[in-house]
Amino acid sequence: MADSTHLLNSKQMALFVAEGYLRFDELVPDDLNRAVKAEMDNQAIPREEAGSPLSAIWPDAAVGRVFRLPEIEGIIHSLVGPDPLYDHHAVHTVAAGHHFGQHWHADAIIDTRLHFDIQFMYFAHDTPREMGGTLILPGSHYRRISESDIARYHNFVGQVPMICKAGTVIVLHHGMWHCAQPNRTDEMRYMFKLRLNPTVRQLRLWNTEDIDDPEVSHILSTNQPWHGNEERIEHVNRIHFWRFLTGDDQFDNHYWLSRIENEPELV
Amino acid sequence: MPDTRQKLLVLYLRTPDLHAGVVAWSEFDGTSAADERHTSGDAADSGGATNPPYTSVVDAMRDGWRVVQFPQQYPAYPGTEYQVSYLKYEYILEKMEVVDG
Repeated sequence: MADSTHLLNSKQMALFVAEGYLRFDELVPDDLNRAVKAEMDNQAIPREEAGSPLSAIWPDAAVGRVFRLPEIEGIIHSLVGPDPLYDHHAVHTVAAGHHFGQHWHADAIIDTRLHFDIQFMYFAHDTPREMGGTLILPGSHYRRISESDIARYHNFVGQVPMICKAGTVIVLHHGMWHCAQPNRTDEMRYMFKLRLNPTVRQLRLWNTEDIDDPEVSHILSTNQPWHGNEERIEHVNRIHFWRFLTGDDQFDNHYWLSRIENEPELV
Repeated sequence: MPDTRQKLLVLYLRTPDLHAGVVAWSEFDGTSAADERHTSGDAADSGGATNPPYTSVVDAMRDGWRVVQFPQQYPAYPGTEYQVSYLKYEYILEKMEVVDG
C-alpha cells in the first residue's frame, strides 16, 4: 500500500492527461542505480509471467527494490491503483556506436480504452544526448495507431529526448509515441521499461485535495506545438479522460463539450 | 546523359494551407550512400530543440522543392469525429539531383 504522502496531486494528474507522461529526475538513489545496472549487465532480471501481481515479482532483485520505493509506489497507486499486474518488462539497449535512430512507434496495438496501462522508463545511468535517450512525443497518447504505423515520421516540433542523470524515471500512458536514439558513445546504453495493468477502476486514486485548483484547468489547456489544427480535438479527448478519472460527467474545460452536448428539447 | 537521383522531403503542416507552419518532417535521400540515412530525431540538437528545415511548403518551393503529393481531405466517418491519429496535412516534395556516375 502506497504511503499517501507520495501520491500524485491533481496538477500532476492533469499534466499526465495533457502530455501523457510525468518525469521524475534522479528519483532512484545511486546505490540502487548501480545495482540495477549490474543486473542488466549480467542479464539477471528474469522475465515474469504476464498478469502476475507486481507485488509478487523480483522479491530479491535490486530492480524490485526500485519499484518498491515509496515514491514509485505512490506514482503507481495514483495511476493504476494499489495492486497492479506485471504486463512485461524489457531491458532496452542501444549498442555503442549505433548511429541510427529507431523508428517512431507506440507499444502494443490500437487500444480504444479509457482505462489505461502505464509504462515506466527507468534510466539507471547518466544519459547525455550523445548516448541517445529515448525520444518521446508529449501529447501523442490519444492517437489511435498500431505500433509502427508512424515509422515514416522523423522529427516533430516539441519532441523530447530523455537527457537525464542516473536514477531518472518517467511514467507514460501506454499510447505514447517514442523511439530509441543513436548512441554515439563507446558504452552500451540501457533503458529499463516496465508495463503495468490496473486491477481497479482508475477513479480518483491520487491525492485529490487540490482537485479544484484553477491550475488544473490551465494545465489541461496547454497545447503541444505539433498538434496544429487538431489542438481543439485534443482538448476534447483530455476532457473525456478527466471525466473518466474524476467520475465527474459534467466536467468541462473552456466550454468545449458543453457547447456540443447542448441539445435542448424544450418546445 | 547525367545520372539523377531523387530526394524526398515530407512536411506536415498546422493546416492544409501551403503557407502554414511545419509541425513535423522527414527526409529520404536517394543520393545518400547505403550506410547513410535520415532517422528519427536526427534534427534534435544537444538541448533537444528541433528546427524544421523550412517554415512552410511554400518556403521549401522557393528553394527548388517540387510538390508531388497533396493530402486528400475526407470528412470524419460517423463516430470518429473526435478521434486523433496520423498527422493529417502531409505534403511530399522532391528534388532531383545530378550525381556522379
